[in-house]
Amino acid sequence: MVEHLHSDGEEPCVTLDAFLQQSNATAVRLEPDEDARALIPHLDRLALIEVAFPKFRDGRGYSSARILREAGYTGELRAQGDVLVDQIAYMKRCGFDTFAPEKALNPADVEAALSRWPEHYQTAADGAVPIWKLRHG
Amino acid sequence: MYKYDEYDHAMVAARVAEFSDQVKRRLAGEITEDQFKPLRLMNGLYLQLHAYMLRVAVPYGTLDSRQMRMLAHIARKYDRDYGHFTTRQNIQYNWIKLEDAPAILEDLASVEMHAIQTSGNCIRNISSDQWAGAAADEITDPRPWAELLRQWSSFHPEFSYLPRKFKIAVIAAAEDRAAMRLHDIGIQIIEKDGVHGAAFYVGGGMGRTPMIAPLIKDFVPLEDMLSYTEACLRVYNRYGRRDNIYKARIKILIHELGADEYRRQVEEEWAHVKSLGIDPPKAEFDRIAKQFALPALDASAPDAIDRSDPDFAVWVDQNVAAHKVPGHAIVNISLKPVGGIPGDAGSAQIDLMADLAEKYSHDELRVTHAQNIVLPHVRKADLYAIWQELDAAGLATPNLDLISDIIACPGLDYCSLANARSIPVAQKIATRFSDLGRQKELGELKLKISGCINACGHHHAGHIGILGVDRKGTENYQLLLGGSGAEDVSLGTITGPGFDEDGIVDAIERVTDKYLAERTEGERFVDTFRRVGMAPFKEAIYG
Repeated sequence: MVEHLHSDGEEPCVTLDAFLQQSNATAVRLEPDEDARALIPHLDRLALIEVAFPKFRDGRGYSSARILREAGYTGELRAQGDVLVDQIAYMKRCGFDTFAPEKALNPADVEAALSRWPEHYQTAADGAVPIWKLRHG
Repeated sequence: MYKYDEYDHAMVAARVAEFSDQVKRRLAGEITEDQFKPLRLMNGLYLQLHAYMLRVAVPYGTLDSRQMRMLAHIARKYDRDYGHFTTRQNIQYNWIKLEDAPAILEDLASVEMHAIQTSGNCIRNISSDQWAGAAADEITDPRPWAELLRQWSSFHPEFSYLPRKFKIAVIAAAEDRAAMRLHDIGIQIIEKDGVHGAAFYVGGGMGRTPMIAPLIKDFVPLEDMLSYTEACLRVYNRYGRRDNIYKARIKILIHELGADEYRRQVEEEWAHVKSLGIDPPKAEFDRIAKQFALPALDASAPDAIDRSDPDFAVWVDQNVAAHKVPGHAIVNISLKPVGGIPGDAGSAQIDLMADLAEKYSHDELRVTHAQNIVLPHVRKADLYAIWQELDAAGLATPNLDLISDIIACPGLDYCSLANARSIPVAQKIATRFSDLGRQKELGELKLKISGCINACGHHHAGHIGILGVDRKGTENYQLLLGGSGAEDVSLGTITGPGFDEDGIVDAIERVTDKYLAERTEGERFVDTFRRVGMAPFKEAIYG
């Protein structure tokens, strides 16, 4: 299930630096220039990773998300910031499961965007079966 | 030729629906121009000086007559009756209305075409050798690999907001007809110990900081091509510069890291990515490759050409190339008539080329990065009939690879980035050298013109290159010598102070005169330049 907004009252995210020095935090925020792989040794104690998109054109967060999912992270992976309706389908494919846009999205547009693509050409982090595999059974 | 199956159709249809919705939201003011811009760019729509420009993808430059006729139809119905073939084997239309764009994309989709990722900071149309499948010197047809890359790169969720645009070329011949090493990734399929593999050259490009791509990996097993490409892209997406648009291409990252360090990072990433199941099985490659099978050509077709018409013989010598099957030839149609606009073709000409392809070339056409058109599979016995039809339509200019076969960007006549006009300079040069005997005397001479530092006209890679700049409000043209986009790849060097529009034509004439005086037997212009260096040319130009 994809949630479009995060819930209130959760544990606030700490910065990557703070997280790496503080063993009890379970939520961390990753900036675009921070290395997602630094979190890999700690994934099993993380409940939330928030990936920052200060500008929607900055696509580093897509790679961060995939790296985390490819490393086996199963907790909440949230895209936060300049998150727009026209980017969320790709974000979901990269492994994001929640979105915290600075500016609220129109739910109907979100629904349309997330149901737009019938299939996908390539393997990503959403578990979708790529078209080449569908072709060959 | 590749034919869409139900999946390909559904993906393109979804994209058209998505973009129609985005245009609607833009026209309703629900999204800002800043938010809309990358979306329209990824659908090929640029906002230019006078109107929107739509760039339609011609994947690896291959199309059939039905698709070619659709390009003519779009020119007639939505534009001013012509289109402009580009250096990335695409076609662009200069006078498009935003509200027509969704309808045009629907028309394109009806013939298995699109404008997907022809612009924007994403993986662009994959380019290739325009003689693929026909050339005598290739080790295999590179287009099945290009098609595999096209599908993998289409709507790639991780690589649609890259630091900057990303261009990939695939070739499989020793002769490089696609400027492979001037791409972000140039892939050359090679043979080693009887096995085919891919040599990866990464980090080439033109623009304001031209670089020749270094060899990053000499032999990637073909079945790992996509995962290796994915690793190359992931390192770039994560670490490519985003602080300065002019330093955001992968060439800058590799230049700053050094090829060895970039290679090390890619290897590390690839070791991981390879395990993710990104590479399709051989069955998928075979499915695609089957569709690029050489048409049934009669190898016993007559090899002789009746050269009794002298004008025809001149055209055969200049514009017809060897085919791998006896009795057949590759026809190169020049879109560079003297005084014309390089790469432009009217709708009637586009229709005629489609007719010729259907009748004589097993329904195939190619677009070349030099902005010409190719009929790849023609019987030698049909050459005369083809030539007569081309000649009647103004399409038989016998100047392939001669000084008037100019690559030129649209320049200040159309482009909002340009500093100077390119088209009038191309026209003046072609007119000055219009005497065909003189052009042939000069031999192979690749002249390339860009109207600004972004280098869409490939001026760095011209044997003679021209760069238009703005100098205190007037158009000024710098001259470069010694570049090449072919297998002897090199970057041109600026001669010295620039010239005005007429001065640059005079300067080129002094340069070509100097070449004729200096050359030794069998030397092309660029060979002489490499042997004698800049000094004699500089003296000839500036005294």
